[in-house]
Amino acid sequence: MDKTLKLRAGLLSCLLLLVLVGIWHAATQVTASGGDEALDPEYAMLMGLSAESERSSGFPTPGEFASSALGHLASPFYDNGPNDKGIGIQLAHSLWRVAAGFLLAMAVAIPLGFVIGMSPLLYQTLNPFIQVLKPISPLAWMPIALYTIKDSTISAIFVIFICSIWPMLVNTAFGVAGVRKDWLDVARTLEVNPLRKAFRVILPAAAPTIITGMRISMGIAWLVIVAAEMLVGGTGIGYFVWNEWNNLSLNNVIFAVLMIGLIGMLLDLMFAQLQRKVTYVE
Amino acid sequence: MSNDVKDSEVAFVKVEGLAKQYRSDLPPVFENVSFSIHKGEFICIIGHSGCGKSTILNALAGLEQASRGGIVMDGKEVDGPSLDRGVVFQGHALLPWLSVEENIAFAVRSRHPGWSRNQVAEHGARFLKMVGLAGAEKKKPAELSGGMKQRVGIARAFAVEPKMLLMDEPFGALDALTRGVIQDELLRICADTRQTVFMITHDVDEAILLADKILLMSNGPRAHIAEIVINTLPRERQRETMHHDPQFYRLRNHLVDFLVHRSKKLQETRDLKAAYGEPRVVRPGLDSLKVVASRDDEPPTNTPRRAAAGPA
Repeated sequence: MDKTLKLRAGLLSCLLLLVLVGIWHAATQVTASGGDEALDPEYAMLMGLSAESERSSGFPTPGEFASSALGHLASPFYDNGPNDKGIGIQLAHSLWRVAAGFLLAMAVAIPLGFVIGMSPLLYQTLNPFIQVLKPISPLAWMPIALYTIKDSTISAIFVIFICSIWPMLVNTAFGVAGVRKDWLDVARTLEVNPLRKAFRVILPAAAPTIITGMRISMGIAWLVIVAAEMLVGGTGIGYFVWNEWNNLSLNNVIFAVLMIGLIGMLLDLMFAQLQRKVTYVE
Repeated sequence: MSNDVKDSEVAFVKVEGLAKQYRSDLPPVFENVSFSIHKGEFICIIGHSGCGKSTILNALAGLEQASRGGIVMDGKEVDGPSLDRGVVFQGHALLPWLSVEENIAFAVRSRHPGWSRNQVAEHGARFLKMVGLAGAEKKKPAELSGGMKQRVGIARAFAVEPKMLLMDEPFGALDALTRGVIQDELLRICADTRQTVFMITHDVDEAILLADKILLMSNGPRAHIAEIVINTLPRERQRETMHHDPQFYRLRNHLVDFLVHRSKKLQETRDLKAAYGEPRVVRPGLDSLKVVASRDDEPPTNTPRRAAAGPA
């Protein structure tokens, strides 16, 4: 039953994709073939177009998109100078920034969340700060970061850091504070030392909640990196989107958007996998 | 016999004047709770909900602080949890992310940090076998039935080899059949290991089967230990045969009567002097005349022949 359900859902997904591509195809077909006067060939050459081009719409057809996408995928790692790098290199830059910011946030948020979760006093003390800082759009930090850090790459990493820290911090504190008293009592009656208690009892008990926080953080980080790179420029998938927009190459923009979605999905799947590993049934 | 006399001189655990008050504007839940436990003794405490049984157990474990009074075990004051006092929790409290053997190993490693992996595993396996769970080592607690989970809890508590075992209604959530099986196992294990046990129960039959002494608590608030009932049934009693002993029904009637009528009356017509004095020690099993006189619903199993054979 479950298998046939999956199969049917898969088939429907494929069908839906075909329909969407079909609509795309129909919408980008030339409708007015003999409307305007043909372009002056010389002017057309000047504009980088060929006189034979009969299309009026600037939006690529699925066919054009597919061939350009295949071109990108065929050599993802070429590097022809600052403004012409393969899609793989751009994505790698973005992923590297996200990873750096995310790991830094993890290094701060998880130990801090642990302490906050254990100590009601610290929780009450830090709560107002967390509540004020949490809703700030990470991009609002950008000017402050750029002014103080003065390095665009590190600023981007900082922005990722600041946006990923909150869900992890809050979830870690919540998970640690919610560890069942029974389990803590077991540790107490067994005279387990604090370090062992933290790693063998509290951490595994809170792990599902912590991983959920990490998963949310990663989702936000991947959203934010695109916007951040549009601002700081240089490299990365966000910069690539902006650059191709300036080139009016919608083909590349659409391709980049699709890649952002795919990578985001893979990152989320990774955390889902991790979550499945640490989840326990009570 | 001489051993018993020596034991009674120096109690292993001494509880004195214990009281717990959660709020200063309310009367204490219980007060003036004093009793002692000897080595190798099995003590059950019976009382209605809210009389503070669990709090007394937690105080013995060192998990909770009493408001007044103190507990001394083996010459040392109890001021925190210790490996010497193992606890079997009401809700088994197994760590759900660990398998059965890992749960036990976690406890064993706490007791013996220096042991090798093999030593820990061997020691744990011995106690798993003791509770009849050999073969379920790799399972997670969620894959076990309620009775099996409670057995793992018992094995875990026994595996640290505490000087005293504290059990908070360990079989409360189990069906009658499973409960019987585990009670038998517990009885056998305690006989083998001469384990000192303090146990909370609501089940009168369970108390008679397991306990050497049964502490009866009056109702809270201001609960206290009203009576200490000595179980005069021979120690090698068995679930299947013990109700043939005439002492059994005398004991049972006494306990039920206490729970149904007297625990409440004691609270209502509290005589302060009685409450602050030593609790009465009674042996209703031997006291056949009084029981027969006061109760006319004596069961028919109590034939004279058996009565004569009983206390011997």
